[in-house]
Amino acid sequence: MTDPASPLGVTVNGQPREFTDAAHTNLLDWLRSEGLTGAKEGCAEGECGACSVLVARPDGDDSTRWTALNACLVPAAAFAGQEIVTSEGLGSPDALHPVQQEMAVRGGSQCGYCTPGFVCSMAAEYYRPERTARPETAQTNTGSEREDEERIFTSEHGANGFDLHALSGNLCRCTGYRPIRDAAYALGDVPAEDPLGARCNGPAPAAEPTSYELDGRRFVRPASLTEALEILRDNPDAVPVAGCTDWGVDVNIKSARADLVVGLDQLPELRTLEENDSYVELGAGLTLSEIERALDGRIPLLDKLFPQFASRLIRNGATIGGNLGTGSPIGDTPPALLALDAELVLVGLDGVRVVPLADYFTGYRQTVLAAGELIQAVRIPLPLSGITAFHKIAKRRFDDISSVAIGYAIDVADGVVRKARIGLGGVAATPLRATAVEAALVGKPWTAETVRAAAALLQEEGTPMDDHRASSKYRRAMLGTSLRKIYAETASQEGDVA
Amino acid sequence: MSTLSDRPANPVVGEAVPHGDAVDHVTGAALYTDDLVGRTKDLLHAYPVSVPHAHALVTRLDTAPAYDVPGVVRVLTVDDVPGVNDSNINHDEPLFPTEIMFYGHPVCWVLGETLEAARLGAAAVEVDCEELPSIVTIPEAIAAESFQGRAPTVSRGDVDAGMAAATHVFSGTWEASGQEQFYLETQASIAYVDESGQVFIHSSTQNPSETQEIAAHVLDLSSSEVTVQCLRMGGGFGGKETQANGYAAIAALGAKLTGRPVRVRLNRNQDIQFTGKRPDFLSTWQAGFDDDGHLLALKVVLTADGGWSLDLCQPVLSRALCHIDNAYWIPNIQAHGRIAKTNRTSHTAFRGFGGPQGMLVTENILGTVAPQLGLTGEEIRQRNFYRSADQTTPYGQRVRQIERLHQIWDELLTGSDFAQRQQEIERFNATHDDTKRAIAATPVKFGISFNKSSMNQGGALVLVYKDGSVLVNHGGTEMGQGLHTKMLQVAATALGLPLSKVRLAPTRTDKVPNTSATSASTGADLNGGAVKHACDQIRDRLAVVAGGFLGVPPADVRFADGTAYGLNSEREPIPWEELVRTAYLQRIQLHAAGYYRTEGLEWNEETYQGSPFKYFSYGAAVAEVEVDGFTGAYRNRRVDIVHDVGDSLSPLIDIGQIEGAFVQGAGWLTLEDQRWDAGDGPTRGRFSTQAASTYKLPSFSEMPEVFNVTMFKNATEEGAIYGSKAVGEPPLMLPFSVREALRKAANAFGPAGTSVHLASPATPEAVFWAIEAARAELPNDVAAQQIPNAADAEQRVPSGV
Repeated sequence: MTDPASPLGVTVNGQPREFTDAAHTNLLDWLRSEGLTGAKEGCAEGECGACSVLVARPDGDDSTRWTALNACLVPAAAFAGQEIVTSEGLGSPDALHPVQQEMAVRGGSQCGYCTPGFVCSMAAEYYRPERTARPETAQTNTGSEREDEERIFTSEHGANGFDLHALSGNLCRCTGYRPIRDAAYALGDVPAEDPLGARCNGPAPAAEPTSYELDGRRFVRPASLTEALEILRDNPDAVPVAGCTDWGVDVNIKSARADLVVGLDQLPELRTLEENDSYVELGAGLTLSEIERALDGRIPLLDKLFPQFASRLIRNGATIGGNLGTGSPIGDTPPALLALDAELVLVGLDGVRVVPLADYFTGYRQTVLAAGELIQAVRIPLPLSGITAFHKIAKRRFDDISSVAIGYAIDVADGVVRKARIGLGGVAATPLRATAVEAALVGKPWTAETVRAAAALLQEEGTPMDDHRASSKYRRAMLGTSLRKIYAETASQEGDVA
Repeated sequence: MSTLSDRPANPVVGEAVPHGDAVDHVTGAALYTDDLVGRTKDLLHAYPVSVPHAHALVTRLDTAPAYDVPGVVRVLTVDDVPGVNDSNINHDEPLFPTEIMFYGHPVCWVLGETLEAARLGAAAVEVDCEELPSIVTIPEAIAAESFQGRAPTVSRGDVDAGMAAATHVFSGTWEASGQEQFYLETQASIAYVDESGQVFIHSSTQNPSETQEIAAHVLDLSSSEVTVQCLRMGGGFGGKETQANGYAAIAALGAKLTGRPVRVRLNRNQDIQFTGKRPDFLSTWQAGFDDDGHLLALKVVLTADGGWSLDLCQPVLSRALCHIDNAYWIPNIQAHGRIAKTNRTSHTAFRGFGGPQGMLVTENILGTVAPQLGLTGEEIRQRNFYRSADQTTPYGQRVRQIERLHQIWDELLTGSDFAQRQQEIERFNATHDDTKRAIAATPVKFGISFNKSSMNQGGALVLVYKDGSVLVNHGGTEMGQGLHTKMLQVAATALGLPLSKVRLAPTRTDKVPNTSATSASTGADLNGGAVKHACDQIRDRLAVVAGGFLGVPPADVRFADGTAYGLNSEREPIPWEELVRTAYLQRIQLHAAGYYRTEGLEWNEETYQGSPFKYFSYGAAVAEVEVDGFTGAYRNRRVDIVHDVGDSLSPLIDIGQIEGAFVQGAGWLTLEDQRWDAGDGPTRGRFSTQAASTYKLPSFSEMPEVFNVTMFKNATEEGAIYGSKAVGEPPLMLPFSVREALRKAANAFGPAGTSVHLASPATPEAVFWAIEAARAELPNDVAAQQIPNAADAEQRVPSGV
């Protein structure tokens, strides 16, 4: 019954180790079985970050970025040839890492269970190459709007450039977070002699094509897109994965097991980013974090989405193709991408086809993807609309699943709405476009009256349900208030354009 | 005066030192129970067979198919129990039930070579059930008269006469949601039969002695044959005060039967589905006020959801009844409590232990009625504060040090610029239709000691070795609250040693027996008293030895900085190590058992009268919020706290406790939204928010943007360890200020004098409905301009007032 597996080599804390466990074993369980018990399981679904570890990921061709991931979600077999650092590898009780030092002396740990995960997430932000101290801002008048903006900004960004959203996927039940924030904001620059800092100046380990099998269960990382498509053709029940932020939850919580899991996230064909006069094309295998960095504000609507999309830990693993591939009605990219009029490039062994995202979803977790077909890229047409917004309704501001999400892209010229695209999530079995509302806006003056009439229509879109996230009444009410909120914001920013 | 509170010169207590394990925490070197798996040879993994019915009789249990699963070693059932089939001291919680009492109730456990084998084995076990009618909400329990335990009443004065004398009488009914502890480390135990034949259990438990007793009675062993060790916990918060016991017993039973070590660790979903939470409370109240806002009479019925068995809900209810007054003098009061029996998990302790639920009732009343009496929330609160110790609590205890609360309140409102900010907020609100801000202050008075007097005792064992090193053992457990750090500071202070000279051993029942749970905020009081007692004995013996060398009477020997010196002695101080070595050679005992019992407590369980608390902890908070009128979402702009911890034993730790409790309490009051399936479908009774993805703890986004915490100064508590006060629970209730600020902000969307009900937790959705209720008070023409959503009337939740 046993097919002896060839061990997979993984470098952990600079030491080579061999993986020989069941193919579904996640990185966390494997590390712990190796005696590295710093990383903990707190929730097993990528919500608490107690399992956070650092992975050496490519940052362009020549350099490496230490990237924090939830070790509980990803199969260990996906890390063949990769380099991983855990809290034990950052420092030791006799020689603390700067992040560990600040956390220890400032009261950043109480029970300590979440701490190794915090330390890893914090270390990733410590090493983030774009992190630079920001200039001191002038004192502003008490109570002014600017002071208010400054207060909000500093509550999430340190003078040392530390972006607190780096820790949005880590939960602490003890401290109330203030000392952790202080530790993060106290970090200095990375000294030149820091070994992990120096490691960033060389290329990351390449993704290693992998075929691992134990007891009839396999993890395969194909070398090319064609190979991936052939495997999917020959194995209709195979589970294609990228960041595993959905599949990992199924494995851990629902005990899902598959005979064959195919890792797509490192396929070069899925990791391109192209921009021309007509569109921006995002490779489906790019993570949300990679897209965020590469676009650097180029698409404002997506920039509004990113900080609200799960947590940094999840965005570091989750791919844009994966978020669409699961077909979830509450995925956060679809409402934004629907508003952007996005199209999907679908690829199969027969070639590619381009499908508007609005036609992609066909039912609850059902899409037009044919058997053996994959999402290759997401195309966002240009030019972009002038007024955009992403409204996410949730209980918690950071790292929550939306009860309702609404993406807007609206063009107003001479006080008249010329174009409107509104994408909705969480109100039906699929993400959908509010076409009736769009029609009610186009050609009308951008005024409170128009907005009130359109909001009444928007409130009737979809069939929102009652569940633990929100009541259907609240979801409906939020559809109605959302358009009025965006109007109020644009009116206050630009004056009443009507 | 007791010498317990006296501090020597240059004490180690009071120094702001980091948590004693901080360096091990940050490097991952700190071990928790389940981290021992890889260090334990031949370990078996246990997995529960969980039954998906709210209430059912088990008619057939066939474990044979599990044995066909490769790797399954043994299935544990009720037939395997040599002793008592019970996991609780109340004898109402069968370890292996024949009647399923809540959705997911485990009926038996499978042991496997791997966790995967045990899981597959559990899936193979066949269970047939006959479903029974179930009760899954408090109103259902009340309708069915399904109650458990005793139904006590606290009363004073003549509540009917008080109500008749009142010029304003208000009433209402509402239910405040409970709370899941969500310690980051789930329940975990590893048990084995050691080389001497005794059962040894590593358990993540706040109550090692009770875990020991439960395991012993399940196994039909004496307590002396079972040892429980708690290395440390990844959080407890009350959720491991009793709830760890059953899992430790399963592990111990498995170890005894198989001869191999057995590990029980619940995953998060199991932990949330199986273990008890802070109970929901339904309160029905009537309150009478005079024209000046004085609370003349309060009549309350509190119904706690006990879940399927009593667990700790009787004392939880006691604490709720003993805190309904919070900081307020209520001349005529009748507070009746009862415990619903429902088909939910058996609810239990959670930081505050009923105190928060009791106080919430009165804070909610004051916040609701203040605008209707033309007062601010701060005015009505201050007017009702206890004025002197002669105004006793409803259960008859003098309110000692009440002047501290008045000082704290004044210091806080001044220090936080309350009046000026109130004006700024009014200006802001006048110019913002869609966003409103509000600021609110609330007080806390919390009684310290277990209500049950017998539990107020602690023990320690301090060992000094010939080389001068010191090992401290005590009966308290470390769950992150910094108890061990404080105990090291206490020992170092008592022995006059630097902190680096004392070490602390993990909590074990074979070192210190018969300990109380580390709970009720009493850890430092009880164990600190015991550690100091042990150290004092050793120090006094050494003083005799040292006095001889120093040429002074023993009473004039002082210990400081690792030496002993004599008052007015010309001779060189004696280094600690030399003194210890000398004492050993003189055959002086270098170890001591310490013991502490809290004095002066009295409590009558029948009349609900007495003085159950050693002292009260006081504090107050000011919170400022901003609410978005479109969504009900809010931000916590600033929080200021002044809190009384006595003279702090360990300031960094105490600040951490205050802040952490505040955010945790804010989570209970605003974010953490427990949902139970009360429908009639197949998942009736299921806890539907049983994962981190659906049950949301506070994250960074809930931390106040500005957070100023101050400890009340010059606060020596006579008669407590080195003049300190307990800190674990009292600050949890400071975020009533956040709830009241949210209510005020919602009110601000309506005309002046608007007073809306706010559900608990005050989620964005709950706040939105409160805002809609406030807007509904606006005149129609104004409403047409301001109501962003023409929500029809049925969309509004009914007012709870």
